[in-house]
Amino acid sequence: MYDFELVKPKTLREAVAALQAEDAQALGGGQTLLPTMKARLAMAEQFVALSGIDEIKGVCLDDDGRICIGGGTTHATVARECAESYPALASLAGRIGDPAVRNRGTIGGSIANNDPSACYPAGALGSNATIMAEGPNGTREIAADDFFLGMFTTALEEGEIVSEVKFPVPERARYEKFIQPASRFPLVAAFVAKFSDGVRVAITGASSSGVFRWTEAEEALSADWSPDAVKGLTAPDAGEMISDLHGDGAYRAHLVKVMTARAVAAA
Amino acid sequence: MPKDTGIGASPKRREDVRFLTGKGRYTDDINVAGQAHVVFLRSDVAHGRIRGIDTAAAEEMEGVIRIFTAKDFEGVGGIPCGWQITDRQGNPMQEPKHPILAEGKVRHVGDPIAAVVAETRDQARDAAEVIVADIEDLPAVIDMKKAVAEGAPLVHDDLTSNLCYDWGFVEENREAVDRAISGAAHVTTLELVNNRLVANPMEPRVAVGDYAFHDDSSTLYTTSQNPHVIRLLMGAFVLNIPEHKLRVVAPDVGGGFGTKIFHYAEEAFCTFAAKQLQRPVKWTSSRSEAFMSDAHGRDHVTKIELALDADHNFTAVRTETYANMGAYLSTFAPSVPTWLHGTLMAGNYKTPNIYVNVKAVFTNTVPVDAYRGAGRPEATFQLERVIDMAARELGVDPVELRRKNYVTEFPYATPVAVEYDTGDYNATMDKLLSMIDREGFAERRRESEARGKLRGLGINAYIEACGIAPSQLVGQLGARAGLYESATVRVNATGGLVVMTGSHSHGQGHETSFAQVVADMIGINEDQVEIVHGDTANSPMGMGTYGSRSLAVGGSAMVKATEKIIAKAKKIAAHLMEASEGDIELKEGRFTVAGTDKSVAWGDVTLAAYVPHNYPLEEIEPGLEETAFYDPNNFTYPAGAYACEVEVDPETGKVDVLAFAAADDFGNVVNPMIVEGQVHGGLAQGIGQALLENCAYDEEGQLLSASYMDYAMPRAHDLPMFQVDHSCQTPCTHNPLGVKGCGEAGAIGSPPSIVNAVIDALHSGGHDVPHIDMPLTPARVWHAMQGGAANLGSAQPAAGSGNTTHDRSVGAGDTATH
Amino acid sequence: MAKVTMNVNGKSRSAEAEGRTLLVDWLREGLRLTGTHVGCDTSQCGACVVHVNGDPVKACSVLAQELDGAEVTTIEGMANADGSLGTVQQAFQDYHGLQCGFCTPGMVMAASALLKENPQPSEAEVRHYLEGNICRCTGYHNIVKAVMAASGQQVEPVAAE
Repeated sequence: MYDFELVKPKTLREAVAALQAEDAQALGGGQTLLPTMKARLAMAEQFVALSGIDEIKGVCLDDDGRICIGGGTTHATVARECAESYPALASLAGRIGDPAVRNRGTIGGSIANNDPSACYPAGALGSNATIMAEGPNGTREIAADDFFLGMFTTALEEGEIVSEVKFPVPERARYEKFIQPASRFPLVAAFVAKFSDGVRVAITGASSSGVFRWTEAEEALSADWSPDAVKGLTAPDAGEMISDLHGDGAYRAHLVKVMTARAVAAA
Repeated sequence: MPKDTGIGASPKRREDVRFLTGKGRYTDDINVAGQAHVVFLRSDVAHGRIRGIDTAAAEEMEGVIRIFTAKDFEGVGGIPCGWQITDRQGNPMQEPKHPILAEGKVRHVGDPIAAVVAETRDQARDAAEVIVADIEDLPAVIDMKKAVAEGAPLVHDDLTSNLCYDWGFVEENREAVDRAISGAAHVTTLELVNNRLVANPMEPRVAVGDYAFHDDSSTLYTTSQNPHVIRLLMGAFVLNIPEHKLRVVAPDVGGGFGTKIFHYAEEAFCTFAAKQLQRPVKWTSSRSEAFMSDAHGRDHVTKIELALDADHNFTAVRTETYANMGAYLSTFAPSVPTWLHGTLMAGNYKTPNIYVNVKAVFTNTVPVDAYRGAGRPEATFQLERVIDMAARELGVDPVELRRKNYVTEFPYATPVAVEYDTGDYNATMDKLLSMIDREGFAERRRESEARGKLRGLGINAYIEACGIAPSQLVGQLGARAGLYESATVRVNATGGLVVMTGSHSHGQGHETSFAQVVADMIGINEDQVEIVHGDTANSPMGMGTYGSRSLAVGGSAMVKATEKIIAKAKKIAAHLMEASEGDIELKEGRFTVAGTDKSVAWGDVTLAAYVPHNYPLEEIEPGLEETAFYDPNNFTYPAGAYACEVEVDPETGKVDVLAFAAADDFGNVVNPMIVEGQVHGGLAQGIGQALLENCAYDEEGQLLSASYMDYAMPRAHDLPMFQVDHSCQTPCTHNPLGVKGCGEAGAIGSPPSIVNAVIDALHSGGHDVPHIDMPLTPARVWHAMQGGAANLGSAQPAAGSGNTTHDRSVGAGDTATH
Repeated sequence: MAKVTMNVNGKSRSAEAEGRTLLVDWLREGLRLTGTHVGCDTSQCGACVVHVNGDPVKACSVLAQELDGAEVTTIEGMANADGSLGTVQQAFQDYHGLQCGFCTPGMVMAASALLKENPQPSEAEVRHYLEGNICRCTGYHNIVKAVMAASGQQVEPVAAE
């Protein structure tokens, strides 16, 4: 990779300040960014490592009963600490990558990157989470619906860091993932969450626009929370799905239905 | 009872201790004082004309020592091809030059354009990015069928076409085969693709070149399966360095699987540049670089026809294969689809008429050469698939159809030029059936169906030819090398000994298993035997390890050398005991005189050999060191029967392998633990080919599966525990150990088991799918169940202009498969 | 360049690192601990797994400077104090869980981490846990057996005939 200067702030404030520098970029757990840098597809003069900032690590509950996960919290920590409070999310985190990757990769990094095949964007969108973005002008609260703006694109502004993600806990939820056998990222995965006021369904891996809410399924499941409610639906438009070596659009569109129905069945 | 020591025992591997403690010495662990690093600038287009290479800015970069391009290699030879095929008209194959760095044109993504030598690897890479290569894009040929069409762009402008050769085997049989097929009661036709694979040993390739001014000698450390072969090819054909001035060392090598047999441009570059620069030069491949520079494997497109008479006897087999050579001829590439494939088209069956046609084609892709099994998996797959298909068409039991046609009398001369020395195919099939509870399958299928899954059982046989091979035969077939093996046994005065073998271990455990053989022959402890390999400076000229040949050929050389040692030692013992040489016996490390209680220990004799105070100097020389070269008079023919059970998820098309059983006949077995490990590994690679692995290009020649993000390697959770058995043993009749070779069997026999099982599962669910091309990914299986084929956005497998098997295949098959 | 110090296999060790220096390169080039291997460049193969502060991490996907002050265990630190093979290492030898040896360091490090987390894993749990470690030689059969055996569970001996 290209050489760079590594800055290691200890506080969020220091990190935000460091990111004001010309050509500075945040480095979360590095499990996606470092391989990208090794391929020389990403570079910056300065990388700001977030791994030393204790204040953005850990899981807690807020007054509204939401699970608040610091942006620097590893997948392994979420898998462990949310196992009882939000099993669907813990299960999602516990299936990202592999054990070694889960010890470094963070929720903030995953969400900020918004890989169209990443797991966490589906968890955040499906849970109706709120993303806390820390920047030079303070903290912004961004609803997941407004955060994910297409593959590798988010509402984060230059220099902002995902400091926390707040998850309302649904009555029932489940993440079902069909893996791409090489990368083991989702080929298609569905996160379904049943709240008292309706159902949310977020799909990752499938669409060339990145994670999306499958609203037809949400309506059907809000009316009838059962796998059969999904089976009657028309699959999303295959033309809008990713088509590659591992599955064409028609197959991915089909899997959207299958994974959603399975998630409902298992929730 | 399992034995504790010697032949037939399973002692723990002695090499494991260093590997388990991080003390292995792989090539990348070697740093020669003062070394510089090279990074290659590689083509990112499949085909283009080099108009200019501007290195000026790069040369000014920090740390850069020198930048090389093709003009620096004028007067240096190209990378040679080690096998010449003669075509149907009796003409030699077309053989283009393979330069070390691209000359005039780039011909595949990954073709090296320039080489930057710098103080550090990062500096070299930084500078390589600054080089401006002005390349005019040319249309690429990826699809083999299009490559040989009239007017196709030429991969090599100086060749008459992209056809390397059109080979017929056995040409004299062709008309008889045609007649047998047209007169047959039933003909089953199958068109298929044998998918392109990447060998992917976990250790990427590395080369370190070093030059010693004081004696004008060069040393190359390299990740090779055959250091002597590299020394010969590179020294004699590329760099013009006499072998006595060139040392090639292949230390611990992290897997080979064929792709580390070949002589590569990077090896020649590092050796050449080290002398030019008077500095050691090191190259370490990244995995991404490996995908575009290691020779690939397989990549055949085949049509096979099987003719049967009314009693279901096989009467003829006719095959037509397009074999992808890639952009250049790798070391043994031409031999793979011909002599390693055509000669196996009889399989385990007494089919009287066989004709094999192979068209080898140049395309703008990475060169294709031997990968575990090399030709034999391609032969086995098409034969065992078409037999299964015939059984289904005829409504007969696939096992009984095979048994009915098995060769049962040995030796058996096939119509495709080889003679099977021994075998018992019914025995391995019987053993297999005893392992798998075929009777219980119907119940297991019902149980799967109750869970919404489709269950299938696939059974097949295989035979392979290995222990390659008789030099005079392969010479007639076009090999430009001999294929013997060598061993030197050097006994020390105190009785311990060193065996220097021309075989090379890159995971096979020779240090353990070879020691078992020699220790057993003499009757000493295994820890008195040291096995040394991998360095041309200390072992006799050897041909290395591939084609499951180490024990059958290299082990035989070692036995011959040890026999010479024992014969000489007996003479010494006879002298010491004042007995007749003919009365001396060696047992458990002691020499005795028949009919007396006289004896001397092995160590007394070895000491006498080196301290010849009381010694028959007038009859024999002092010392105890012998070398033997062994050149077998035939291949060996391991064979067996494999079975697997799969479950298909009809909603997603995902295939799970629930059970896999292998009954192999490897002849005698020296170390059962190691043999079983070899089978496990082969099975995993065969299952990987069948379900996961696919090296794919798009139509522009971009490599789509260029890393582990897209090339699916089998993982632990993709595989079941295996049942393996090697108790059926018909010892090889022509080598001293009676061994056959076990390294490739698993990869040869297993792909058809998987596909047969999946097709069986789909039929049980009412899906009349005759065939699906490998890998049977979920998308492909699902699409097949919907009555179509997947559009996966790639030109691969191989010839892939179309989306169906029929489109991808060659010729106008009269029974299209979709 | 910066001087980076870590406690490696129980000893304080220092070597220079650039911003871009990966832990695996720092270990291999800086400390000459060449037991940790590089088998890919996409964080997939696991040949480089080491323990950082007790947890398995892919040394090819973490920067050396980030780990200044960390406690690192590599394959060179897995043997017993007397130099004999540790439990997991010994089981890999006993059950022929390695062939070419290149993936082995990462496998041993991953397997030891598993057994710390889950002392009696099932076969499925072993296979699932090793999803980030690729072996091309063994077909995993004997690796799985070795890990099960290292956990004290009964497994069939090798070459059962």
